[in-house]
Formats: sequence, structure tokens, C-alpha cells
Amino acid sequence: MRTQGKFIERVLFLLALSAVSSLILITVFIFMEGLPLIVHTGLGNFILSTHWAPTKGHFGIFAMIVSSILVTLGALALGVPLGLSCAITLAEFAPSPVRRVLKPALELLAGIPSVVYGFLGVVWLVPLIREHLGGPGLSLLAASIILGIMILPTVISISIDALTAVPDIYREGSIALGATRWQTVRRVVLPAASSGIVTAIILGMGRAVGETMAVIMVAGNALKLPTSVLDPVRTLTSNIALELAYAAGRHREALFATGIVLFLIIMLLNFSATLITRRR
Amino acid sequence: MKSLLWALTGFTLLILVFIIVDISVKGLPQVTPLFLFQDPQDMGRAGGIFSTIVATAYITALALLIASPLGVGTAIYLTEYTREGAATRIIRFGAECLAGVPSIILGLFGFVLFVMKLGFGWSILSGGLTLAIMVLPIIIRTSEEAIKAVPQEYRLACYSLGLSQWQAITRIVLPAALPGITTGVMLSVGRSLGETAVLLFTAGAALRTPLSIFDSGRTMAVHFYILAREGLSMPNAYGTAAVLVISILLINLTAYTLMQRFMRRYS
Repeated sequence: MRTQGKFIERVLFLLALSAVSSLILITVFIFMEGLPLIVHTGLGNFILSTHWAPTKGHFGIFAMIVSSILVTLGALALGVPLGLSCAITLAEFAPSPVRRVLKPALELLAGIPSVVYGFLGVVWLVPLIREHLGGPGLSLLAASIILGIMILPTVISISIDALTAVPDIYREGSIALGATRWQTVRRVVLPAASSGIVTAIILGMGRAVGETMAVIMVAGNALKLPTSVLDPVRTLTSNIALELAYAAGRHREALFATGIVLFLIIMLLNFSATLITRRR
Repeated sequence: MKSLLWALTGFTLLILVFIIVDISVKGLPQVTPLFLFQDPQDMGRAGGIFSTIVATAYITALALLIASPLGVGTAIYLTEYTREGAATRIIRFGAECLAGVPSIILGLFGFVLFVMKLGFGWSILSGGLTLAIMVLPIIIRTSEEAIKAVPQEYRLACYSLGLSQWQAITRIVLPAALPGITTGVMLSVGRSLGETAVLLFTAGAALRTPLSIFDSGRTMAVHFYILAREGLSMPNAYGTAAVLVISILLINLTAYTLMQRFMRRYS
């Protein structure tokens, strides 16, 4: 009986290592495949050159790094105000039957596949931008808007959790002092929930940086530094997805090296989100 | 200020409604029995989506067959067999990080390990294994919540009747937590149905109906992506999107209701 219990515990422990070991395997393989190229080209040349001509041996991903950052900032500019407004409305102002219907409805947005977002972007958004603002339509702006919508569920649900975690005594105290509902939210509840909201924004950023399919479809994928929001851009993720199918040798290594840069950015974001949550 | 907040909330809901209405109005008329049960013809310009439904079902089933025991096992270990400490922190942190890994990175990983190094090629097997890693964190998190929600009294009653810890878990705790665990599995199915980046580089895009796990298979999401990107057929793209989106929404909605009902029972 005792030995059986010990045996079961060990088996379960092995199963429990599956997530951690997958993570380690992923890290090891991505680095193993990509690092030789970074060593070969030199880190500086790899991340600071804008010259990407893999068949001629030029592997510079600076333009893609910049594009990824810009697209993410654009997504935050749209997704954070919109998402926070939803979260505040639902957590603080909506009567509970309304909240019970709206919260799951907004979370359903998260289930819609990224290819569908990309497709609707191509069908509706890109022509709109082309006709009214000019340029090719497939652009930094289009990618930012689609990503801004895609990060909404992340931003909304984590912010709502942060807001509802603020004890009611805070609100009652503030209202007892004569503050209005809105003053209470702005001066008391939001500051108290700030670390959770920052976590929500960081995780939304992670989603935006890592998103691939939707971005490929609407961003235009041009290989240069954008000079306006209407220029087509290629992000780190799209670069990998566009070329992996036919890449070989150094070229394939360069795509894994692009993956390393992306992986490090994402891990940095996840890590800071965890740190912030833990400090709270 | 309050009305501005409500307006922005309304706007967000409008986006959701717009997506569902647009896909349904243009897609649903395409979805006939013939569309569902006929293979794609002429690269997808004509015909239906039958082979892609088969490939999606194979890959999703395989992924969950692998991920469910691993995920539920992890959850049992975390909730029943250890106290909070360094080990649980590392396991949870690992699962959280894994959840944050973008699908393109998983695609790269699956491509180099399963497709190239292990020689499985572009196949149902490579795709299923990589998807299993993708959904593992979802199953761990929901199973853990579900098992934690089972009241401590259940376990104590088992021990007082002389059951071992393992008997208590398999006979009482797991059956009681089953609706919650099922929720996690359903959410994982929903996630797998819509995944594209991972499968493009691990399962390939062959249009034939896959017959073994070593065959390449094109899932519905990948098929939809190719139809849309190559501009092969707008009506077929919308039809595929409708099948995809509506099945995912139904699965997620069922999972959500199941979880709500389950949590209410124990609170």
C-alpha cells in the first residue's frame, strides 16, 4: 500500500514535469538552431542591420524589430483605452445581470481564430484605409488596429479581475467622504488595481508581439523601415512564417535566430508580468 | 465620463457582433450538406471541406489524447500530492510561461524536432504533438481549479472509510471534478480548431484525406488561410470560416456554462 502510494506519487511527479520540460526543450531547440547564425553574422550585424537578403547571405532584422515594436505600440494605443473602458464599465458601473451576460460575451472574442481576424481585416479594413487614407492599405495601421482588437479579451478579463479584487471598503470609504462614483473609481479603485492593470497591459503586449497569422494577412510584409503608418511592414513573426517553408541552410538558421529574438522579448514580458503579480 | 465608458464598451461589443454577423451572413448560405461532406475540388476553388474536417478531427483528437493525461496528472500532483513550495512554484511558472509562448515559436519547435529531427515529416503526428504542448497549460490550469473546488470533506470522508489516497482521488475526487476538467478539454479543442501557425509548419497542407498519423493533413483553419491568402474562392473561404467560428463559439459557450454550473455546485 505504502510502496504503491510512493510509486503513484513519482509517476505523477514525472507527469507534472511535462510543462517545464516542454518549455526547456523549446528553448534548447530554438537556440540550438538559431545561435550558430548569430555567432556567424555577429549579434550587432544581426539585430542592427536592415539588410535582409537571405539568398545573398545578408541577415539583418532591424527593420522587423522596429516594425514589431511599432505594431505592438499601435495595438496598445487602441486596445488599452478600449479594453480598460470595458473593464471599468463592467466591474464598477454595470448592474450584475448585465455583467453576467457581457463578460462572457467579450471573452468569446478570444476564441475567434487569428486567421479570421486577418481575413476580416483584408476584406473590410484594408480597402477602407486604401480608399480614405491612401497607400496600399496593407499597412502598419491595419495591423495595429487588428491587433488592438485581438488583445482586447486579454486586457479586459485581467483588468476586471484586478478591479474586482479591490475590497469594497475602499469604495465605501471614498463615497462616505463625499466622493462621486467616478471620483472613487479614478482616485481610489484604479490606483489600488494598478499592478493588475499593468499586468493586463504587459500580457496584451505579449499577445500582440507574438501574433502571426493576422499580421501576415494585413501588414503587407514589405522589407523596409516604415516612414508612415500607411507603409506596409514585416514583423519578426511574419518573417519566420513567410520564409520557413522554403528556407534551407543559413537562411533557415536565420529564421530560428529571428525566433530567438522574439522568444527573448516574450519571455521578458511574461517574466515582468509574473514579478508584478507576485509583488502584489 | 460614465457615458463615454459605456459608449466604448458598446463599441467593443459591436465589433464582436459585426464579426459574427458578417461571417454568418456571408458564410452560412455556403454551408450545405454537400459542402460539409464533399472533398475540396480544384485546390479548394470548388467542392467542400470534408478532408479538412477529417484532418482537423484527427489532429485535435491526437493532441488531446496526449495532453489530457499529462495535464490532469500535473493538476493532481499540484493539488493532492505536494505542499506549496519550490517544486510547485517551478511547475506553475513553467506552465504559465508555456502558455505565453507564441504559436509561431511552437511551430518552429515542432518543425525542427518532430518534422526534421525525429523524421515524422509534415504529418498528423507532428501536428498533434505540437498542439498537445500548446494546450497543455490550458488543461493544467482548468483541471487544477476543478480539483481544488472539490470540498475537503469529500477526501476526509474517504479516508475515514479506509480508502487510500489514490482510491479517494480516482473514485471520488476526479469524478466530482470531471465537469471542470471537461471544460478545460473543451477549451483546448476550441483553441486547436482555430490554430494555424503551428500546423502550417508541422502538419503541412496536403489536401488529401489523411489515412494514417504519418500522412500530412490540412486542417480547416489552414485551409481557410490558404483560400483567403491565395484568393482562391471567396464563397468557400466564408463558408469555411462560418463552420470554424460557429463551432468554436458553441464549444466555448458550452464550456463556459459547464464551468459556471460546476463552480456553483461547490460554492
